[in-house]
Amino acid sequence: MSATGKKAWGDTVFKGLTLSFAVGILVLFIAIVVVLWHASQPSIQKFGFSFLTSSAWNPVKDDFGAVIPIVGTLVSTLLAMLFAIPLSIGIALFLAELAPSWIKTPFGVAIELLAAIPSIVYGMWGLFVLSPLMADGVQPWLAEHFGFIPLFSGPPMGIGMLTAGLVLALMILPFIASVTRDVFQMVPLNLKEAAYGMGCTTWEVVRDVVIPYGLKGIVGAVFLGMGRALGETMAVTFVIGNAFHLSWSLFAPGNSIASTLANEFTEADSDVYLSSLIELGLVLFMISFIILGLAQLWLRRGAQEAGR
Amino acid sequence: MMRQRRRKLVNRMVLLASGLATLIALVMLGWILGDVALQGIGAINWDFFTELPAPPGEQGGGLGSAILGTFLMTMLAAMMAVPFGVLVGTYLSEFGRDSTVGRIVRYLSDILVSAPSIIIRVFVYIVMVKPMGHFSGWAGAVSLAIIMLPVVSRTTEEMLKLVPHELREAALALGAPYWKIMPQVIYRAAVAGIITGVMLGVARVAGETAPLLFTALNSPYWMESMNEPLGNLTVTLFNYAMSPYDDWHSLAWGAAFLITMAVLVTTIITRLVLHRRSGH
Repeated sequence: MSATGKKAWGDTVFKGLTLSFAVGILVLFIAIVVVLWHASQPSIQKFGFSFLTSSAWNPVKDDFGAVIPIVGTLVSTLLAMLFAIPLSIGIALFLAELAPSWIKTPFGVAIELLAAIPSIVYGMWGLFVLSPLMADGVQPWLAEHFGFIPLFSGPPMGIGMLTAGLVLALMILPFIASVTRDVFQMVPLNLKEAAYGMGCTTWEVVRDVVIPYGLKGIVGAVFLGMGRALGETMAVTFVIGNAFHLSWSLFAPGNSIASTLANEFTEADSDVYLSSLIELGLVLFMISFIILGLAQLWLRRGAQEAGR
Repeated sequence: MMRQRRRKLVNRMVLLASGLATLIALVMLGWILGDVALQGIGAINWDFFTELPAPPGEQGGGLGSAILGTFLMTMLAAMMAVPFGVLVGTYLSEFGRDSTVGRIVRYLSDILVSAPSIIIRVFVYIVMVKPMGHFSGWAGAVSLAIIMLPVVSRTTEEMLKLVPHELREAALALGAPYWKIMPQVIYRAAVAGIITGVMLGVARVAGETAPLLFTALNSPYWMESMNEPLGNLTVTLFNYAMSPYDDWHSLAWGAAFLITMAVLVTTIITRLVLHRRSGH
């Protein structure tokens, strides 16, 4: 009797211990939101809702608004998605459906290595290697041929939105590609074989069987990449140019929420300045939370439907 | 016949495009690694590991203090995040597979893995740096630990789930209580996988810069304690790369080479271990 009692007691303690640490993650998450919310109070009280609609950023007059960093974050992310989605779906297709098996593993690992390179190395490479290339070659060419579109006007400086978007695309590409590849590989073989048996070409099998089957997973993978791009800090800080003005031109320097935080945090000398920066962080956290939450939701649904 | 030919043509073009996409990614990988190796390897010598940074314009100098700082903070972060993460992973795999708490924690962990690391830095700045009044190695280690935590807990969970249920049942049938089965049977069976998760977490934070920017800050001197601004590779790299001096750029490339190599080697080794395990 006493042995059983001791056993049950030990198990209760052990379960309670693991449970309390698991709840610790929940507490940590809530603490992050509460602490950020609390620390942004000076700015929330001073600017209220207009913080989200004002494009001012004037440390001298203590007048701050989130529009420029938010727009910068969205534009650089959008650009990155534009480059990264088609490329990564192509890669996933190649790795899952086309490549001979002896190529699959080494190429797959190589793509995943792109994800392992630290973001600061991307940033440095972007600044020292890619930016000069953009300034001397790509941007003048774009300006000459497409200069009538306001997006491609202005002086080619190398750093700016377009370069930031390119570097971001390179960084999120492996995430989207490897998750999409896994989604493609979840498609049951007999479905594909049935389609091949009817005389479909590889592309037709992919278009009509693989992609519809794995659509939720692919959407999840894209959202995952997007969540990463939104909050990426160091790579963007190197190449985005750190300037507070809105411009139609993709060549113009700008700022994202993350790069603003990285650049200005030590310069914040007033309470309102600091809490405005923290409120920016809160906005970024909320946007990422929604996007990443959606990503997990879609990925999970996709996996459930694939019967895993 | 025309239709047939068109279908084949479209097929070929799509296949070509997907092969091209893969090629582009591989070329970019080679390009970045090549640049980092070419520019960085020249800066690596004995002084690089043992000396302090020289003032701009002077020859020589190294990043000894920064390397030590990064190493110490990563180790400390692992010491905090690993026990915490393994216990969370244990709950998720053993007790909370289908419970509401388990589901919420799993969901939040997955979000935290990809959440912007700069937010963690702002959080640690508010709760540690501001009350303490100064930047410190402790604050840096705590931010790294928070980033590492979800990686460790989720990998631990996956690895524990791979341990066959029969093992648990066999031990339970012998009358062993659960709290003895876990360390003596289950953790033992999954130890290689758990270590893999830890290594992935270490690789992840070793290259992190954003969370250190205003927690550990940086320092060009040898450290005296963890309770002061601590030199570290990534922030040093950031400052040097942004500086106008060529000598410092070359040290920055050296730092980039060192970090990249460390992270890549860790990642490749872990992949090999994982691959071998799932192969059996």
